[in-house]
This record gives sequence, structure tokens and C-alpha cells, in this order.
Amino acid sequence: MSAVIAALPGWDWIVEPLQYGFLVRAIWVSAFVGLVCAVLSCYITLKGWSLMGDAISHAVVPGVVIAYALNIPFAIGAFVFGFGATVAIGYIKSRTRLKEDAVIGIVFTGFFAFGLVLVTKIPSNIDLFHILFGNVLGISQPDIIQTLIAGVITLVVILVRRKDLLLFCFDPNHAKAIGLRTPVMYYTLLLVLALTIVAALQTAGIILVISMLVTPGSIGYLLSDRFDHMLIISVVSSVFSCVMGTYLSYHFDVSTGGSIVVLLTLLFVMAMIFAPKYGILAQEFRQRSPQPLEEDSQKQQVVVDQA
Amino acid sequence: MPATLPRLDIAVENVSVTYNNARLALYNATCTVEPGTITALVGPNGSGKSTLFKSIMGFLRPSQGQVRVGGLPVPKAQKQQLMAYVPQSDEVDWNFPVSVFDVVMMGRYGYMNLLRMPRAKDRRLVMESLERVGMVQFRDRQIGELSGGQKKRAFLARALAQAGKVILLDEPFTGVDVKTEKGIVDLLLQLRDEGHTILVSTHDLASIATFCDRTILLNRTILAEGNTQETFTKENLELTFGGLPMVSLEHMLPSAEVSS
Repeated sequence: MSAVIAALPGWDWIVEPLQYGFLVRAIWVSAFVGLVCAVLSCYITLKGWSLMGDAISHAVVPGVVIAYALNIPFAIGAFVFGFGATVAIGYIKSRTRLKEDAVIGIVFTGFFAFGLVLVTKIPSNIDLFHILFGNVLGISQPDIIQTLIAGVITLVVILVRRKDLLLFCFDPNHAKAIGLRTPVMYYTLLLVLALTIVAALQTAGIILVISMLVTPGSIGYLLSDRFDHMLIISVVSSVFSCVMGTYLSYHFDVSTGGSIVVLLTLLFVMAMIFAPKYGILAQEFRQRSPQPLEEDSQKQQVVVDQA
Repeated sequence: MPATLPRLDIAVENVSVTYNNARLALYNATCTVEPGTITALVGPNGSGKSTLFKSIMGFLRPSQGQVRVGGLPVPKAQKQQLMAYVPQSDEVDWNFPVSVFDVVMMGRYGYMNLLRMPRAKDRRLVMESLERVGMVQFRDRQIGELSGGQKKRAFLARALAQAGKVILLDEPFTGVDVKTEKGIVDLLLQLRDEGHTILVSTHDLASIATFCDRTILLNRTILAEGNTQETFTKENLELTFGGLPMVSLEHMLPSAEVSS
């Protein structure tokens, strides 16, 4: 039996790298990060917060540098600065007449630049390249633990609050009208966003993490009309890209984060073109053969029950 | 059906709203929505109708004044699920991946535990609400796949499922055909007879006299309020829609730019 499997083409391609501990580690860590990012990405794309994700990911840089300098876990520094940036954005937006995109742009580049200054001034063994683009192949044990903690907290929070968060994305006014505390939901979503970025820092780096936060959800959104389906599609495409991307980076000796994101983007392009309902081809086809719009409001009436 | 709900009024006291750009949207609005009535809130576009609506629903904080529902401050009334809201169509993201059933179920969230696990009662009420607006067979549709009238009815069902005693409808008749409009009106009349207090914002004057007990006329401030027959006079409507006399405008709205 095992001889049959071993004879399959590509079997070596899959098994051979698994003899290296660092690669096994890289594969499951990036798969885990892919899962966390994919789940959150459904909420982020529906809420329209991609730019907020971008802001947080850039704003963590000074936190990482300071954490290394103070010899505390990088995740703590990154989280404080990432979440701090969102608080700063919220504060500035509420106190000035500026529009949100301008505030976000100012805050995140300011934080990022501050990080750059620190990196070049504080003596440390931080590789800026690794912060920017990730280094999952060289991930250390403590880093894995931090990634796991941040990721697990994110998953648990989303699991427990998923209905409220979805309502908050869909119709915050209704949430308010039924007496729910929308500021709590706002900060909960920001909190898990910051945590996810911290979790993904080692795998994807701050530049590429945006793709992992936006693309899986977008693929799901193009392929489905139901949130639970969207979630499954998002997770599957993200985890697949993370695992395959890590393999490809080993076999072709290319950047891991880069190949993960390239794969994800390819999946997105396929979904964009071939999605059965919202794909470009399907829409083109519908426009050429216009179907009469279903007009059942003529037949349908509001049923008035005389109770 | 509960024939006698405790009837609740909406009391708007001296509410002024200034937006960030220093534009005064609403000035010193005082009015009362009498309990157990259908009241129309009427004014031209840009008259502050939506602003007053949002103030009543607590979506924005007035710079001055207060709103009470059944004697309670709005947040308290909302916590007790007294207030239901049917949004304007263009405030809804129709591409959002939720079904009609999901939307109506959101009306029940305030009654559920922290995990929002629906119980049998929640499901039953959702189905009853869907039935009442004639949307049962569309319950699994994604909300964007509905016609204009169906969309309205889906959100009306959400308000029914919430079982709020005060229902606010923001422009419920835009993009809706005559038949659906009549259906919605019939339903509102029934809800009123059950004791609900209903406030409808509209700029469609034709239908108001047919079903609204009371009317509030608004243009930057309350211009008239009372029984529909008495309030719906030519002078009042000219006052509301033809722009205010300049003298009173300058007196009342020192910093507002008023579009005629």
C-alpha cells in the first residue's frame, strides 16, 4: 500500500521536505496563521476595514523594535502599538474635521516612520527585512508560542462574538436600536484585528499580511451569498495557499510570504473571472442574455392576518 | 394578539443638532408623538427629517435637548427592546451575505444570551413575522435578490420580530409599488390598533391623509403638529415646502445656511 502511494508522482515532492523540522514547523505555523487571517478577513472585507488593517500592520513596527530593546516578547510591543494606532485614529477623527482615510494615512505612516528611525538607531539584531516580509522558515520557539497565543485568542473571541460582530458589520444602527453596545463591538473587532496582525507578523510580515487579511474573504465573497459558505471558502483557500506557498518556497528557494500571497492572489483572480454568479464571465454572460426580472411583487401581497 | 399594550409616547424636547461642519441641521425641535397613533413626519429633502429620526433612535447625540420614549431615556428604552427601526433602503448594504431569515432573526438578538443562540420562541416569532408580511417563501433568499417592496417587508418583519412598542419607519414608501404600499399601510394600521406607536418619515404627501392620525411638519425646526386634518392646511404646507419667511429664518437660525 505504502509502496503504491510512494510511487505516485509528486509524493516525494510532498514528503521529502517533511524530514526537516524547521520546514514542518513553518508549514503548520503558516497554516494556522492562514486559518486565523481567513476567519477575520470575512469580517474585515464586509466591514470595509482593509485600510485599517494596513494601518495597524505598519504601526506595529516601533512596538517590535522597542520590545526587542527591552527584551520583552515582540507580540506585546506590536500589539500595544498596533492597537494604540487605532485608538489614535479614532481620537483624531472624532476631534478634527478630517476624513477617516486622511487620519489613517497620517497615523500609520507616522508610526511606521518612527519605527524606521528606531530600527536604525537602537542597536539590535532585528532584521528589518524580516519585519517587512516575514521569516516563517526561521521562526523560533518563543515566536511560535506568541503566534499561537495571539491566534487562539482571536479565534475564541470571534467564535463567541461572531453574531454580534456580523450584525455590527451589517447594520450598526440596528445593533444600537436593540440596545447593544456598538463601541464595544468596534473595539472588539479592532482588538482581534491587531492580534491577528501580531500573529501573522512572523509568517507574512507587515506588508504581506494585508493580503492575508483581505484576499481570502474577498474570494469567499465572490463565490458565495451566505456567510458560513464564505467563511469556509475563505479558510480553505487561505490554508491551502499557506501550505502550498511554503512548499513552493522550499522547492524553488523563493520568499515564503511572497509565494503564499502570489498563490492567494492567483486564487482570487480565478474566483474573480470564473465565479458562477459574481464572476466577470458570469456577469458578461448574463448581460448578453438578459433574463426578464422576476416581478413577483405583482402577485405577492402583504398578508394581513385578522387576529 | 395582545389587544392592550402599554402605549408609549415619544417626547422630543428642544432638540438641536449641529454637525461637524458647523451646519445646523435641526434647531430647537419640540414635538410629541402621541401613544398609539400613526404619526407622519413630513418635510422636504434636507429638512432635518433624518436628523430628527437619528436623534430619536440615539444614532446621533443632539448638541442640545433630549428625547424620551415612554418617559425613559432612549438608551434605556432600547435596552428594553421598546424601539424598532426600519431603515431607509439606501442605508442597507444589499450585497451583504445574509438571508431574509438571518435579517429577521437579528430583531431577536436583544432577547438572546451573549452567544445569540436562538431558542424555539425566537424561531417561532421570526416565522410569524415573516408570515405576517408575506415573506415566508423568500426566507432563504439573499437580501439583494429581493424586489424593492420585498426588501421593505423583510425589514418590517425584523421590526415585528423585535416586538418593539414604538416603530420608526424612515421613508418606507420609496421604491415601492402601489400594491405593496397599501399592504404596508394595512399592516401599520393593524399594529396601531394593537397599541403600537408608529412614526413614519416621508416626503410623499399623497398618502398621508389616508392612514396617518397625526402629522408633524418639519423644516429645520417643527413648524406644525397635530391631527392630520387640522395640520395639513395649505398655509402649513407652503410654510414647510416653500421655505420659511426670511424674517423668522434669520431670527431662528443664526448660523444655518438654508436651501430654499
